[in-house]
Amino acid sequence: MFTMTAASGNVSAVDSLWLGRLSLDALPFHDPILIATFVMVALGGAAALGALTWFRLWGYLWREWFTSIDHKKIGIMYMVLGLVMLMRGFADALMMRMQQAMAFNGEAGFLPPHHYDQIFTAHGVIMIFFVAMPMVTGLMNFIVPLQIGARDVSFPFLNNFSFWMTASGAILTMTSLFVGEFAATGWLAYPPLSGIAFSPGVGVDYYIWGLQIAGVGTLLSGINLLVTIVKMRAPGMTMMRMPVFTWSALCTNVLIVAAFPVLTAVLGLLALDRYAGTNFFTNDLGGNAMMYVNLIWIWGHPEVYILILPAFGVFSEVVATFSGKRLFGYTSMVYAMLVITILAYLVWLHHFFTMGSGASVNSFFGITTMIISIPTGAKIFNWLFTMYRGRIRFELPMLWTIGFMVIFTIGGMTGVLLAVPPADFVLHNSLFLVAHFHNVIIGGVLFGMFAGINYWWPKAFGFKLDTFWGKCSFWFWTSGFFFAFMPLYVLGLMGVTRRMSKFDDPSLQIWFVIAAFGALLVALGIACFLIQMFVSIRRREALRDHTGDPWQGRTLEWSTSSPPPAYNFAFTPIVHDNDAWWDMKRRGYVRPTQGFNAVHMPKNTAAGVVLAALSTLCGFALVWHMWPLVLLSLLALIAAAIVHTFNYKRDYHIAADDVAHTEEARTQALAAYV
Amino acid sequence: MFPSASRLVSPIRGLLLAGAMLPLAGCNTIVLNPPGDVAAQQGDLIVVATLLMLLIIVPVIALTLVFAWRYRAGNTKAVYTPDWDHSTQLELAIWAAPLLIIIALGAITWVSTHKLDPYRPIDRIAAGRPVPAGTKPLVIEVVALDWKWLFLYPEEGIATVNEVAVPVDRPIQFKITGVTVMNSFYVPALAGQIYAMPGMETKLHAVMNAPGDYAGFSANYSGVGFSEMRFRFKGMSDADFQRWLSTVRSSGTALARANYLQLEKPSASEPVRHYARVEAGLYDAILNRCVDPNKMCMHEMMAIDAAGGRGIDRNGTRTLVTRSQGDLRGGRFVSSAMCRVEDLLFPIIQVPQL
Repeated sequence: MFTMTAASGNVSAVDSLWLGRLSLDALPFHDPILIATFVMVALGGAAALGALTWFRLWGYLWREWFTSIDHKKIGIMYMVLGLVMLMRGFADALMMRMQQAMAFNGEAGFLPPHHYDQIFTAHGVIMIFFVAMPMVTGLMNFIVPLQIGARDVSFPFLNNFSFWMTASGAILTMTSLFVGEFAATGWLAYPPLSGIAFSPGVGVDYYIWGLQIAGVGTLLSGINLLVTIVKMRAPGMTMMRMPVFTWSALCTNVLIVAAFPVLTAVLGLLALDRYAGTNFFTNDLGGNAMMYVNLIWIWGHPEVYILILPAFGVFSEVVATFSGKRLFGYTSMVYAMLVITILAYLVWLHHFFTMGSGASVNSFFGITTMIISIPTGAKIFNWLFTMYRGRIRFELPMLWTIGFMVIFTIGGMTGVLLAVPPADFVLHNSLFLVAHFHNVIIGGVLFGMFAGINYWWPKAFGFKLDTFWGKCSFWFWTSGFFFAFMPLYVLGLMGVTRRMSKFDDPSLQIWFVIAAFGALLVALGIACFLIQMFVSIRRREALRDHTGDPWQGRTLEWSTSSPPPAYNFAFTPIVHDNDAWWDMKRRGYVRPTQGFNAVHMPKNTAAGVVLAALSTLCGFALVWHMWPLVLLSLLALIAAAIVHTFNYKRDYHIAADDVAHTEEARTQALAAYV
Repeated sequence: MFPSASRLVSPIRGLLLAGAMLPLAGCNTIVLNPPGDVAAQQGDLIVVATLLMLLIIVPVIALTLVFAWRYRAGNTKAVYTPDWDHSTQLELAIWAAPLLIIIALGAITWVSTHKLDPYRPIDRIAAGRPVPAGTKPLVIEVVALDWKWLFLYPEEGIATVNEVAVPVDRPIQFKITGVTVMNSFYVPALAGQIYAMPGMETKLHAVMNAPGDYAGFSANYSGVGFSEMRFRFKGMSDADFQRWLSTVRSSGTALARANYLQLEKPSASEPVRHYARVEAGLYDAILNRCVDPNKMCMHEMMAIDAAGGRGIDRNGTRTLVTRSQGDLRGGRFVSSAMCRVEDLLFPIIQVPQL
């Protein structure tokens, strides 16, 4: 088991020209869990594809969704990707919880170490890169142009291309489940372990190319949204009149644009070590693995704020809306986010206090980390005082927000505790740490996404989500969170480290059993969420919102119809206040019903799908060392990009009559139902 | 930590353990109640920092729930001020409250980080018991191997695998390195962890105050055998420690380069092993990655590089050779044959001979 040839049993001895390292050995015939999963996925996939074919939906999907460059549809596709990957990432989590609850008293559990190690690596990678990132990006994509009164993002084609590159990375990562293996290195793939000497299999290569391809998408989408926010705001919307969610998106995209190139570079260097025999991070010949650790966290820590800032933005919108009150301390909210954005780059070393930096260096990074809690604390108080003297309606988004305020505060406290270096020396790498970051990522990011989905769903689809199943989902998630992660805090204080696949001390078992029970509650929470969507779609006529403004909203997205027309706004709104729509309603805004002009719109294109498909192929070929295919796909990629530059049919006009027709339908709907 | 704060800690800790952490009473939270003085100070720091932060965390959570209830839409008696969105005094307070806590915590952090720096020799055996002048620490050299721990006692001339014993109340200095991938050396009962990394040396100073048999392990995931990379850490009375030393010495086996290279090969769940003697210079050779005598030591290579790179291959020797002994998973390395003694500007090291 411990010889590397066995551990990486998928590497064939002699590479063939066209197939590289790939052979039948790479298929998981030896692993009953994977065979069962594969059969289920294959059957489910066949059923889904069959249904699409039977209902003749391929053309519809291709024309209306896959090739669409409408920011709203791309946003929704991001959310779907995030939710699908959540199922995979959560399945991994359940398997880990079950393994750790079972593997006591000499029992090996049901997962051998090599399989277990891949699962916790895949769980981390998938949850961060392919669940949290797509959901955050999707939400920004959908909301930001609507909030700033724009018709689309600055570079609509780039938006579609970014989405498909992200999806391509997800596809490559999923492929590793059935063809070959995934990295067994932990989610950040520290060398030397991730180097070719200690991980000779294809797992780390899947990791590298999956993230590199998805990283292209993330970076381009960051640039796109950044430019959109800077350049495309409605007249009158100065920076200090931007809605707070848009501010959070601006900060997040600044972080993305500055941080993701570092990830690309460091993974590029690791790839060179593995493919070209360089020695950036090896033990010998001048390599320095700690350089990798520095670089990956210089990306990694801003990444945490990339995820949490948009969630903060969602909570700001939700609290103000459901308290029926202006957001308290708008200016200090904005400055708090800017401070967080800058400080996010000055704390990375707190992830490795224990690697032997001196006391002064450790103190510096510990204290900068604590300083971040000041603006964060100020934000919590601002939400609190937004609720103060409000009229709070406990709709679903508000429920998630209050849950967030309680849970995230606890996670913030344990985070500051971990920032004290001597405390970190005893808690680093422990289950206390695992509990801490799940506390902030579930309580912060995930609750933020659920608040956002429940809040903006009516905007996207024209009907509200079902309340009963939504409440079930919220309570199962919340109680499941406490059951799953409070035991991990305790285990951390008992000196239990993470990533263990078995344990000697039988007194620990009860805590792992409680944590596994918590994971089952979370599973019910996810199930209730799926039922919530299903029930709501079936009951959509009963849940229909005709106004376009079901929550008495405050920002511009609520001024247009639900779902918004392709052009978002028939006339570009003019902004006089940071709660623009609230202000318009108060001043007796009358919706224009005539004088419409033709609207200039970008046209759908298949180029994004094609380029991303070729990238997936190229990535797969790189993983398996299929050099002729690498070359061919790379050439095809370049050729396709050049061909796309000759596509001059990029725009069209929605005729004034069509706009008038659409707007007339809304006038009638408003008259009939409101 | 502040001298005044440490006097406060014990009663506070008692209170805390009795009250807020009552549910933890039934389990062994060794991180909060360790028998080693360094770990105990770290545990106290967790308690102090937590209490300090609870000053703000508890009101926030309480206010969240109170405001949510009081200003619910159904309660029409509550005041409603839809346009009230700013108050300079309140905002100053909002920023000042966390700021004050962080100033206090930042000061504690600066002081405690320096005081509990693992590189700093300890100055007390326990609270109120300074280290007597002239006390020499027990030096233990630690090597993280795949997936077991090698301990060398340079002064006693012995070595052990997966077992380490120390006399209680004597300062210990660990010098820690690794051979293949990153691990983290951690004995929760003794002191915080520190990474064990190939070609690098980290240090840890600590003291064990109570006899006992404690768990030690790698806290940083290091591959397939990680879960079994555990060792026993034994605190002993002086007499017991001397007895243990003679048991180890009576084992008869010596640890030399050749059997070290066998030991280095990956394996997990290794039984405890004792070595009565250790070849001179073995730890330095491990640290400098040249146990294999064909391989140039890192400090030699660095000295040559620092002197202007005189190690450039001039005589057609194969400078890069493939590993032939020990853990065969490493990459190629610089052959020690590529530079001759006369190439050196100054004699750097006497390489111990077999």
